[in-house]
Amino acid sequence: MIGVLGYGAYLPSYRLGTDSGVRGRRVVASFDEDATTMAVEAARGLPGAGSLWWSSTTPPYLDKTNAAAVHAALRLPSSVPAADLVGSARSTFAGLRAALATGGLVVAADVRVGKPGSLDERSGGDGAAALLLGEGDAIAEVLGVAAETAELLDRWRHPLRPTGEQWEERFGFEQYAALVRAVAARLLDGAGLAEADHVVVTSGNAGIAKRAGALVKGALSSGGSPIGFSGAADPLLGLAAVLDVAGPGETILVLSAVDGCDGILLRTTDLLPSRRSVRSVAAQLDAGRPVPYPTYLSWRGLLERELPRRPEPDRPAGPPSYRAGEWKFGFTGSRCTACGFLHLPPLRVCRACSETDAMEPVPVADRAGTVATFTVDRLAFSPSPPVVDVVVDFAGGGRTTLEVADADPDAIAVGTEVELAFRRLFTAGGVHNYFWKAVVR
Amino acid sequence: MASNGIKDAVAIVGMGCTRFGERWESSTDDLLVEAVGEALGSAGVRRDDVDAFWLGTLSSGQSGLTLSRPLGIDHKPVTRVENYCATGSESFRNACYAVASGAYDRVMAVGVEKLKDSGFSGLLRADPPSDGTAAELSLTAPAAFSLLDPAYTAKYGVDPAAMREAMTHVAWKNHVNGARNPKAQFRKVVARETIESAPKVAGRLGVFDCSGVSDGAAAALVVRAEDAYDYTDRPVFVKALALAAGPMRGGLDPAYDFTSFPEVVHSAADAYAQAGIADPRAELSLAEVHDCFTPTEIVLMEDLGFTERGQAWKDVLAGDFDLGGRLPVNVDGGLKSFGHPVGASGLRMLYEAWLQLRGEAGERQLADPRLALTHNLGGRPGGCVSFVSVVGNERG
Repeated sequence: MIGVLGYGAYLPSYRLGTDSGVRGRRVVASFDEDATTMAVEAARGLPGAGSLWWSSTTPPYLDKTNAAAVHAALRLPSSVPAADLVGSARSTFAGLRAALATGGLVVAADVRVGKPGSLDERSGGDGAAALLLGEGDAIAEVLGVAAETAELLDRWRHPLRPTGEQWEERFGFEQYAALVRAVAARLLDGAGLAEADHVVVTSGNAGIAKRAGALVKGALSSGGSPIGFSGAADPLLGLAAVLDVAGPGETILVLSAVDGCDGILLRTTDLLPSRRSVRSVAAQLDAGRPVPYPTYLSWRGLLERELPRRPEPDRPAGPPSYRAGEWKFGFTGSRCTACGFLHLPPLRVCRACSETDAMEPVPVADRAGTVATFTVDRLAFSPSPPVVDVVVDFAGGGRTTLEVADADPDAIAVGTEVELAFRRLFTAGGVHNYFWKAVVR
Repeated sequence: MASNGIKDAVAIVGMGCTRFGERWESSTDDLLVEAVGEALGSAGVRRDDVDAFWLGTLSSGQSGLTLSRPLGIDHKPVTRVENYCATGSESFRNACYAVASGAYDRVMAVGVEKLKDSGFSGLLRADPPSDGTAAELSLTAPAAFSLLDPAYTAKYGVDPAAMREAMTHVAWKNHVNGARNPKAQFRKVVARETIESAPKVAGRLGVFDCSGVSDGAAAALVVRAEDAYDYTDRPVFVKALALAAGPMRGGLDPAYDFTSFPEVVHSAADAYAQAGIADPRAELSLAEVHDCFTPTEIVLMEDLGFTERGQAWKDVLAGDFDLGGRLPVNVDGGLKSFGHPVGASGLRMLYEAWLQLRGEAGERQLADPRLALTHNLGGRPGGCVSFVSVVGNERG
């Protein structure tokens, strides 16, 4: 019996500042985050999976499998298939159906961009969520999955445009309301339930999002997206937020109204309270800090700013990136089996005892480290200067120099504790340079 | 150390150095013609009397053709070398060995760099295709050297304000010295307040904590020591040539604390052994050191054995390395004020030693100097190449 084995959610640290005119907490990804990096962050705490289904409405690459980088960063075995499901939140449900059949990891992530001043800018949200399905000790069992499909022009985006459009919201609302009620009724009937304990309704239609709590009522809670419409991630983020708080033996109905309606009905088990995600959606939502609006606009390419007078970096090259894949994506170093010295990046000749080719791989991505020394580089090229760099000494050995993500230079001193985050250092020549950065937690 | 040294085997009998700075009017070719011409002239030698050439440049050209073409050198051996910011010294080192080996009678070492044509700030890197993960791909040189400052103050319990004062003193001193040097890029005394309030580049390093990005070239003619007086009555003899390339362990090893360059310690020990120097601070008349950024010069005073560990910031503030101090350092203004056209810098340091040891340094002339040290470094804290030479005006 395949059930839910675990879940995770990731929300970026930044919120649109008040200078944007946006009220409330608009969660925005940093300049070095995208649907691949956030997917990694959402899924990092979960154990290995038999398959990987990544979905997004904002894929960093086309004609290349984004899920492969997620797969590499999660250090999954090469025999695990990984695929992209690109399009809308429906793709996330396609991933769910695939993982329900065979077991696997479903991870969805999005950087939702709206025109300045638009509804999407105001009421969207950037984030990622992951759901691990498989045989074993489940935190929730799956009672049913159902769908309705409808071709209707409610929300769309031309592939070459950064921002999308919507039809008049009341048109979509009426169609979706009926579809949501139909899917809910079918799932509840199938399970022999009059109502679910928790109901989450997410949709890119603003009318549905506004009335999410009223459309289908839950006995204990009824609501919508925890952060605003986050595209493919929205239904899983909504589910994650409920799993953060639901008790054992409670039913959860998740409904996603996008080009029809997808629904899944779950019942939590006694294991849920002991296996919740370490960082709840609510805690992450509370922890943000503001980014000035002009900075945000430049991150999204909607405002071009003057950069330091430095050349743009070269694009990362294919063959070296492939050879160094375990380091670049997996942050795996090499430890000398003769003397124990840990090398970051991996080397063949030991720096401590000169033994050659006596190395074993050691993954370090999940270890904490401390700052040995640091600097703020105001001259270096960066999509968002200045660059903050730290020399990090890791618990259990190993040292390397890393950029700091979401950096607040005043929060860094010799001895500051840092962790690692998977980020995009820069994009050059159309190639995204993925690597790890240090973060102060 | 494993080096035998070539003490007093070769001598410099001619040198040339262009004015360093923003030489918008001069090409790389022009700078080379100027520096080589001056060196040949000072030795009274024609171009065709030189048997072989070594050319050092980081990025202003490739191969020996970079020198043979503008000078029209006719089918002679010309070798281009590169060793980061120690490139000029590397050119000189190879030229000395070529003479010492007996292969040639007269060899010229040349260094050149044309940095100002790129339009960018600081140095550019020409890196091979990579996986894009190396920190030095983004971390600029001032940022890499700025790491010394917080590490040094933390290790020795130095008040950051006092360290800042010492860094300011280094910049102030080198500008005072450069003001007396007609070939220096910056010829102005700069007030301490101006240095401290300059826009920040990296960490606590402001614009005045960084060496000058400039264009320039320098050249030296090297001959056998026993032939030296045939060319000049004041030759400069090579006492020691040492080079150490680090294993780049510091960036990997938590034991490294960013308050020293082990490569400098090794190359200095090698050079002092070659030259027979027991107490460098007492025996040396002057030192030209790689003051790429102000904290570098402070740390170098310790690595070169001019003072004890943790003491350099105090000695700097006490004026020990000023023009009138106990051991004058960077009398010509250093990289800070003379400028740092990478491939030329190592030879520029030797040029000041040459002038001082011959009594030709004008208003910055020291009294009766005998021995001079040059120190030239390429790379960054945690992994670099370090060159140290000792030259003197008496053959031992």
